[in-house]
Amino acid sequence: MSGIVSYGSYIPRFRIKPEEIARVWGEDAENIKNGIYVLSKSVPAPDEDVATISVEAARNALKRCNVEPENVGAIFIGSESHPYAVKPTATIVAAAIGVGFNLFSADYEFACKAGTAAMQNVKAMVDADFIKYGMAIGSDTSQGAPGDVLEYTASAGGTAMILGKTNVIAEINSTLSVTSDTPDFWRREGQPYPSHGERFTGEPAYFRHVVSASKEMMERQGTTPKDYKYAVFHQPNGKFPTRAAKLLGFSEEQYKDGLLTPFIGNTYSASMMTGLSAILDLANPGDRILAVSFGSGAGSDAFDITVTDHIENLERKAAPTIKEMISRVKWLDYGMYAKFKRKIIVGDDIE
Amino acid sequence: MILNKAYIIGAGETKYGELWEKSLRELAVEAGLKAVENAGIFSKEIEVLYGSNSLAGTINGQENIGSLISDFSGIAENNIPAIRIEASTASGGAAVRQAYLAVKSGEYDVVMVGGVEKMTDIYGSEIIDLTSSVLDREWEAFLGATPAALAAMSARKYMKDFNVPREALSMMSVNDHLNASRNPHAQYRNKITLEQAVNATPVAEPLNLMDCSPVSDGAAAVIVASEKYVKKNGIEGVEILSSAASQDYLAVHSRKSIYRLDSTVLAAREALGKAKLKLDNISFSEIHDSYSIYGLMELEDLGFAEKGKAKDLVYEEIKLNGRIPVNPSGGLKAKGNPFGATGVGQFVEAYTQLKGKAGERQVKSPEHALLHNMGGTGSTSVVHILGGVA
Amino acid sequence: MGELSRFWRESEHRYRLIGTKCGNCSVTYFPPRDICPKCHRESIGKMKPVQLQGKGEIISYTIVHDAPPRFIRQRPYFMALIKLDEGPTITGQIVDCDADEVDIGKRVRTVFRKVAEEGKSGIIEYGYKFVVDQ
Repeated sequence: MSGIVSYGSYIPRFRIKPEEIARVWGEDAENIKNGIYVLSKSVPAPDEDVATISVEAARNALKRCNVEPENVGAIFIGSESHPYAVKPTATIVAAAIGVGFNLFSADYEFACKAGTAAMQNVKAMVDADFIKYGMAIGSDTSQGAPGDVLEYTASAGGTAMILGKTNVIAEINSTLSVTSDTPDFWRREGQPYPSHGERFTGEPAYFRHVVSASKEMMERQGTTPKDYKYAVFHQPNGKFPTRAAKLLGFSEEQYKDGLLTPFIGNTYSASMMTGLSAILDLANPGDRILAVSFGSGAGSDAFDITVTDHIENLERKAAPTIKEMISRVKWLDYGMYAKFKRKIIVGDDIE
Repeated sequence: MILNKAYIIGAGETKYGELWEKSLRELAVEAGLKAVENAGIFSKEIEVLYGSNSLAGTINGQENIGSLISDFSGIAENNIPAIRIEASTASGGAAVRQAYLAVKSGEYDVVMVGGVEKMTDIYGSEIIDLTSSVLDREWEAFLGATPAALAAMSARKYMKDFNVPREALSMMSVNDHLNASRNPHAQYRNKITLEQAVNATPVAEPLNLMDCSPVSDGAAAVIVASEKYVKKNGIEGVEILSSAASQDYLAVHSRKSIYRLDSTVLAAREALGKAKLKLDNISFSEIHDSYSIYGLMELEDLGFAEKGKAKDLVYEEIKLNGRIPVNPSGGLKAKGNPFGATGVGQFVEAYTQLKGKAGERQVKSPEHALLHNMGGTGSTSVVHILGGVA
Repeated sequence: MGELSRFWRESEHRYRLIGTKCGNCSVTYFPPRDICPKCHRESIGKMKPVQLQGKGEIISYTIVHDAPPRFIRQRPYFMALIKLDEGPTITGQIVDCDADEVDIGKRVRTVFRKVAEEGKSGIIEYGYKFVVDQ
């Protein structure tokens, strides 16, 4: 059965606290933190973008396994902050990790589930014997509009999954998707910041799709929550995924290891995948995982995963774990954050 | 085969500084006219013109510098060969070297060298990127290195390995400014204290504003003539006793040592050897202190001190009335550093000094001068020894 | 109008630290060379591409305050001379660090970062920078 052969993540070192953002916009930090449960979010350095983050994640995935770059037959990258609107990030990552000229590649967009959509496509190519190994990356340096509630959560990070049929460390027993035309969160072409439907993003969007995709998966697999060691969901803040988990019948014990947003914010296309990465850092053979992403617009991708014995052969220590990357921090004030994120524009011919 | 001797028979330069009113060509012409007048010759006697310039292509959008200078000096219809010599900041020394070789070969009797740079035609920090073209563009400048950054990295390692205090670097600049206060052509004529030099604004740590030569406009010209010409016309020239040039790897990261300028070591050794002189015979030197650290490194690499020991020279010995006067003109820090003119300007200073015409900054009874002009971070060095008045 | 082919030509060397090894004397060079400065003509046709690991030691460093326009957001930034384990010394930025984390002798490794952009509409130029090994 095909599945995950290796995984790797990258989270930038810089962080900003909600208190700093609230200070500038005249809001009550405590109220905000209680509402969204985010203690800090990651900020990309001025010289980081989705391409650089994806390369680091991809290199970390390759460090852990024995897959040679020449045998990676596909790279698909999902993001909502690709450096180019036209010219795939996948081509840059391909050059940086040294894969061959014979390569399937493209960039994906489906808000926060672009990375998991890439995973499904790569799995399909593996299953159809188009490729031996393929790489799916979810990576973002999402922008939150200054003064908007999303500014507290929009962060940066990336996770790469190498999928294949041989040397699988976690089998993907099944994957399914649900899709509907739901305008909960969107960005028009040319606009610098996304728009969202505030409370509309909850019930009709996130919860409808995440909960129904999860239920559908468990029905198809004939499972209930107690069959899973871990459950990880798309995590736009620290509250939505815990509520979804509880609604479905999962315990804190099952979802806590995959819940990263309180520390690093919402990494958008990397959100669920990085939570899954954190779980794989700890997982043992036989552990079953329910992993469900959500992309605004809207849709959910669900994965039913079982960790194999082979995970013991993976050199997980060869790359930084999520815990290590979460603890390596440098704090920023709002001014420095705004400079890094290019919310402060410099003169015309300077940059 | 007997080779000709070569003499400097005239020299002239503009002021160095931010010369807003003067264009690239106007500066070249001004220096050229002064040199011709000083030599007491007619322009039609000039047989070859070597132009010296580093960055006119990018800063001023102008190449073909030899033709430009010849044309606007009014000698286009003399139809003489007019070529630009470029060796980044060593262009001036390299151009005079070409004139020396042309005269020594016997092919020519009177050769003019005109060095010019008009750096203030670019405003803002863009100049830093343009001057970075003297580095390895792909593997130094592209990645963020600037000439100051590379000098700073040499400085940090040098200061650590040899226990050299920050003050020793600053003394190069203090000395330059003191001498420049007596040079009417200098860009900066203010004296500076050691404290001011130590505490100036950081540029690339540990180097600060007082460690770095400025952005300058300026031009300098010399006339080089053969012994035959000098004798025939009864002129008192200053002999160019020897000329040497040497080259090293382009990038600092390729060098054998990041604080030894092998090109300087070799060129100095060769120049002194050919002139059959020792450093003891040198009355003063003009050295290429584009950064204070290079001043110290050059004192060592020219042979005045062992590696790491130049700090013992910079307080007293290099003064105008010291044992080994350095940069009586004010050097690159205070006289200025218009890239293509700098090396030629060293000859103007040496000629003026050796003829006893340096006024307030006159070195006492000078006999021989050592001129050191360097390209980039040390990839090229040109050393000349000038002799007593003929 | 921005630049394009000059950058593209070196992108593989910069992205993956591809240098050359002299087939005659086995010395590794980065950046890549067509001729070995030690072996001269005996190295012609024998310079083979080799990928360097990107690990090394700080020989010296500086903090750049006077920067060209394109580095304005990173000012002041660290530049360093790094001696790579394979032998060559190269020049690069050290990123994500404070002054007290950098010193002569510290171990570093390469990371993939944005180096420059050809303005708002031109290409993005990526390359190698360094981080201090924790």
